[in-house]
Amino acid sequence: MRKYYISFCKDEDDGTEMGDGTDEWMQRKTLIKPPDQLDLTEAELKEEFTRILTANNPHAPENIVRYSFKELLYQRTGSIDQLATHFMLEGNLLHQDSDEARRQKARQGYPEGMVVLLLLLLFVFPQQAEVEEVMEEGGSEDRSDSVQHKGGKPEQKQTNQFNFIERGSKTLNNPLRQMGCQTEPPPRANFSATANQWVIYDAYVEELQKQENNKEKQRASMKKEEGKSKKKTMLSDDITKFRKVTKIVERMVIQNTFDDIAQDFKYFEDASDEFRQQEGTLLPLWKFQYDKVKGLAVTSLCWNQRYKDLFGVGLGSYDFTKQGHGMLLFYSLKNSTFPEYFYTTSSGIMCLDIHPNLSHLVAVGFYNGCVAVYNLKEKSIQPLYTSTAMSGMLTQPVWQVKWQKDDMDNNHNFFSVSSDGRVVSWTLVKNEMVFTDIVKLAVGDSVTGGLEGLQLPNPACGTSFDFHKEVDYLFLVGTEEGKIYKCSKAYSSQFLDTYDGHHMAVDAVRWNHFHPKVFISCSADWTIKIWDHTVRTPMFTFDLNSAVGDVAWSPYSSTVFAAVTTDGKVHVFDLNINKYEAICHQPVVAKKTKLTHIEFHPVYPIIIVGDDRGCVTSLKLSPNLRKKPKEKKRQELPEGPEVEIAKMEKLLNLLQDPDNSSLG
Amino acid sequence: MQSDLIAEVEETLKRIQSQKGVQGIIIINAEGIPIKSTLDNSSTVQYAGLLHQLVMKTRSTVRDLDPQNDLTFLRVRSKKNEIMIAPDKDYFLIVIQNPSD
Repeated sequence: MRKYYISFCKDEDDGTEMGDGTDEWMQRKTLIKPPDQLDLTEAELKEEFTRILTANNPHAPENIVRYSFKELLYQRTGSIDQLATHFMLEGNLLHQDSDEARRQKARQGYPEGMVVLLLLLLFVFPQQAEVEEVMEEGGSEDRSDSVQHKGGKPEQKQTNQFNFIERGSKTLNNPLRQMGCQTEPPPRANFSATANQWVIYDAYVEELQKQENNKEKQRASMKKEEGKSKKKTMLSDDITKFRKVTKIVERMVIQNTFDDIAQDFKYFEDASDEFRQQEGTLLPLWKFQYDKVKGLAVTSLCWNQRYKDLFGVGLGSYDFTKQGHGMLLFYSLKNSTFPEYFYTTSSGIMCLDIHPNLSHLVAVGFYNGCVAVYNLKEKSIQPLYTSTAMSGMLTQPVWQVKWQKDDMDNNHNFFSVSSDGRVVSWTLVKNEMVFTDIVKLAVGDSVTGGLEGLQLPNPACGTSFDFHKEVDYLFLVGTEEGKIYKCSKAYSSQFLDTYDGHHMAVDAVRWNHFHPKVFISCSADWTIKIWDHTVRTPMFTFDLNSAVGDVAWSPYSSTVFAAVTTDGKVHVFDLNINKYEAICHQPVVAKKTKLTHIEFHPVYPIIIVGDDRGCVTSLKLSPNLRKKPKEKKRQELPEGPEVEIAKMEKLLNLLQDPDNSSLG
Repeated sequence: MQSDLIAEVEETLKRIQSQKGVQGIIIINAEGIPIKSTLDNSSTVQYAGLLHQLVMKTRSTVRDLDPQNDLTFLRVRSKKNEIMIAPDKDYFLIVIQNPSD
């Protein structure tokens, strides 16, 4: 094992020349060991190995056999070449005295002394020459410089013919490296849809709404409070919609269940009427009953003028020893099993009226003397307005309420009549009801009131009233005493007229729908009377053998009216056909059930009757009960109110003549 | 307020169920997944899946004829019963009734 040294012998001059490079050179002075070098201990290192050198070439073969042509056999050659050439270098030195040297000198033009100097140089600076071996071109330059220096004349550079070694070095090439990177691909999804016309339409509508909303937001940035309340309604929107859906389905299910009744309502006409000549029948249709109203009697009925299938039912009690709570129900013909709306009241309801134009406003009169207005649009169970003790509460049962036309300030108002004899006008002003007493009824007061004027007026109990269809201020009031007063809104203390028609309480009084002079009244004294308001005696009197609960004119004919009695019968009259008795009287409820109220449907040929068990029955009028007189003549078919008025007029004229003569 | 409405809807559904001949009520959402049902599981799933398709097709037809129009009610009268579907925006209410019962 040998150690290799690479040592650099440094000239002083070179060091200065190198300058800053010194440190780098110093660092490289470390020993370089081959990685597989054995580590030997000192003793091992000092151990001596004896080697004997011989002149024999150990690699030379000793048994070379050659064919001898002379002997004609193979012979071993005895002489073996023991020469081994380890290194051979052909020199190019010339002896200066040789011919060749001389030729060369002559060719190059060197003086003779120059060559000697060159040779000298080589011997004088052997060290430098050594350096030159290691160093590259820089070194040789130095040398030439020194030659220049010593020679003192510019000389063509000549390479050292002995020690010149050309070395090339290559810097380490950085290995080529390839780098690549891949990004995660963006998520992809497949989408496919069919664009219908309505899909496009919806998209446009949505866009339009968005734009509008943006506009509104800009506008109503100040009105944030309103927005909040809107949001609340939005929340409940969802469920409200669903409620509507369930309602529709319920009606459909019921329509299926009561399909036969619906068919009857629309199409059934009693064929037997043709053979009966005059009499007609009533066909029972739906029965409206609600579980919670047991023990309550129907005290009022009213059709909704706008929604033809809707009617209101007031429930209370006519038994004045057993007054309790009341109920307000609204039924639709489309659903007879469950009311559309229902309100429970603490006091029994005695009357109700639905506003003819604003069908969501319902005026209600209570047994305890209160009046209230309900708003069907609002979900609350409480009425919109209620009269209180402060705001002129009536102290006696309110027997009838009736909406009036809006007053001059466009406030809604209605009238009420109660047992304490007051007819009161109620006006809805913003958030309260303002009342005005119109008339105070007093017993004994009459047209000739002057005679008894001094007496303390004994209040009469009003039980019903009705406003004239054409003359705004004119109205009639029926009382518990049986008297009917004709009053005017203009005079609060006087009556225009008094009719002593009945011996008992007047249950209902109603103007004819067509004839402006005619009205009808009914009473618990078993009678119905028809009056001409200009005459103080009744035109017609009918005895029904039972207390009459209610009477109503038909909306389609001036001569047709219907009444209900406490024995559970409905009586329908057509004066044009029979002036003396009903053309139909039919029990419509179970025995012992009293009928309390009746109402004609404004359009369809049906009536609803209420009984004292809280049940409402709807009945269809057979063709005979709504016969029009012109059919007989088979001529022109005049229609309209004029014809109806003429029909009634004719009747009255027929009557009046004998009446007048008998009176006279 | 909200709970009142929900109670009212529940009440109405109860009334419908108690009506004569009503065989079942199913409420499905817009995706056709049954939310509430009074029928057994397998028939509910079947009704929901099939009727949902039918309603979507019907609604598409109605709206294609006039985009401002919309389907409000669908009655399918069959030999054995009648299926009534009231489509809402988010829910469909399905009632199966046998009217002759």
